Amino acid sequence: MMQKNLAQKAINKPSLLGEDINLGDYSPDTEESPYTPDPGKLASQEKQRMLNVGVTPDDMSQRAATFLQMDHSVIHSSTNQDGLELLSTTQALKEYDWLENYWWCAVGVDTDKFTAYTELQRNNGYFIRALPRTKVIQPVQACLYLAHDNLAQKIHNLIIAEEDSELHIITGCTTAPMIASGLHIGVTEIYVKRGAKVTYTMIHNWSPQTRVRPRTAIIIEKDGIFLSNYICMSPVHSLQMYPKARCIGENATVRFNNILVAPAGSTMDVGSRTQLEAKGCRAESISHTITTGGTIIARGYISGSAPGVKGHLECQGLILCERGTIHAVPELEGQISGVDLSHEAAIGKIAEEQLQYLMARGLTHAEATAVIVRGFLNVDIEGLPPQLSNEVKKAIESSEQGLF
Amino acid sequence: MLEIENLTVEVSGKRILHNLNLTIAAGETHVLLGPNASGKTTLLMTIMGFPHYRVKQGRILFKGKDIGKLTIDERARLGIGIAFQRPPSIRGVKVRDIAKSCLQDRKGGKVVETIAAQLNITELLDREANLAFSGGEMKLSELFQLAVQKPDLILLDEPDSGVDLENITLVGKAINELLRASAGLIITHTAHILNYVTAQKGHMLFNGKLYSELEPKKLLATIQEYGYAKCAECPKCKNSD
Repeated sequence: MMQKNLAQKAINKPSLLGEDINLGDYSPDTEESPYTPDPGKLASQEKQRMLNVGVTPDDMSQRAATFLQMDHSVIHSSTNQDGLELLSTTQALKEYDWLENYWWCAVGVDTDKFTAYTELQRNNGYFIRALPRTKVIQPVQACLYLAHDNLAQKIHNLIIAEEDSELHIITGCTTAPMIASGLHIGVTEIYVKRGAKVTYTMIHNWSPQTRVRPRTAIIIEKDGIFLSNYICMSPVHSLQMYPKARCIGENATVRFNNILVAPAGSTMDVGSRTQLEAKGCRAESISHTITTGGTIIARGYISGSAPGVKGHLECQGLILCERGTIHAVPELEGQISGVDLSHEAAIGKIAEEQLQYLMARGLTHAEATAVIVRGFLNVDIEGLPPQLSNEVKKAIESSEQGLF
Repeated sequence: MLEIENLTVEVSGKRILHNLNLTIAAGETHVLLGPNASGKTTLLMTIMGFPHYRVKQGRILFKGKDIGKLTIDERARLGIGIAFQRPPSIRGVKVRDIAKSCLQDRKGGKVVETIAAQLNITELLDREANLAFSGGEMKLSELFQLAVQKPDLILLDEPDSGVDLENITLVGKAINELLRASAGLIITHTAHILNYVTAQKGHMLFNGKLYSELEPKKLLATIQEYGYAKCAECPKCKNSD
């Protein structure tokens, strides 16, 4: 009840970052989509959109679990592995009364109007939990799909990796091909317990008029590892996300790796905020951004409040057009002696020297540009199982084709 | 193969090469000696067509064609290849990616892997180009790319500098192999490479002017004995005004 009250009070509270959005411009409800035991039977165009964000509806044999949500409806949820739980959060809240120890504990319910709206009118979301010492090596895949025009999708996800467990999650968020507008709000709370490892790879592929407001927070305990990869290389009206990670146990490690391409008409305000609160914690936040006419704000914040913590921010930006904006906002805050925090940022065009080097091998200017841009985006994503790593590469490569 | 006629080149408004003449016939290897900042690299970069190097006078013919108006890549596709002294590192671009590009329209098959194995640099294929390469790795990677590219004229900018004693043999052999099928122009400071490569002609660049001598080892010995300046005073091999 208390959360509902807080939410009601915050329902008009604008976000600190990003353009304000009038929630009333979007319809809160839509018709239900039917449950499908076999996602292979979905319409081919829906399956193609899912494939573009790394979700394989036709072949789930390489996945530990699959969760598909269309608009407000969970249309598929299945697991292939013992020790791995996958439910809708609606169902999980009914089954587990202990969930209140996690629900809105990492993300504040009254953070802004988007979190408040999600609390007041939530439409499912996934609950993923790896039981203690369970190593889930195959990826768990989740797709959040916006099918109907002008809909506000409000999702609350919860991920718990219990002690010494391992989870690899790929989550793809996308829309039906030609929807005119839409609002996606996704609250995600992630708990990485002692000694657990979670990789969280998120690929977004929206329509040019979609507005997107993820609200994510991660809490990492002693010796826990959280690796996030976020990829958005297609048009979106406005995207604003600033996930917050707290390393609360000794030697907890977090890494954010963002790959963004903003075409004309797109605004992407994306970053990560990390607090290193215990001895020996590590953080790395790396963004590779390209504008082909849109606006990118690449934020990064790392604070250190315990001795022996180490953090590094890196923002690399390429402007591949006459007019486009990349604004890097790196922030470091050391609060005690013995912290080691650093950042580097570089924004510019492709170095002439690199282009000429490749041209001396016979590549045209355009071919040399393409090779360098591919290299810039194809950062080796560490920590993923090989198969998932290959699929992420494929997703990046297919988006690259639109670049040239 | 290559004919340079009365070439004058400026870099950032400063004259670097003066009225220079040079001819390299098919199958010939020439060595270019000279002190620091004498214009050796400028000559190579000008032949390759780097826009920073401005031709104020004269012309460069390659395979009988005036290449003055051709871009770098057009010259490369016509058959000129270059090994850089200090190639730039390119994040995320692997040596393998560049090598595959060097194949251009030729069908590669396993050519890239085979040549890499011959040069003993297979492990370099999946490294980012020139990033944290040792001196030897850098040179071998450049020669490897040329071996894949198969140019008709190769320009080598100090292929022996920064290479340790073990790798120098490998570098020397690689260059020899390349020169079986191509003409070559090699810049060298130390002339170590002459222990491995048979060159037909030697030249000295001094104060932007070219001095030529038929026998490279003889030229080297003369420079070692008298120094560049003294050597330049000798009228015997002056080859530019």
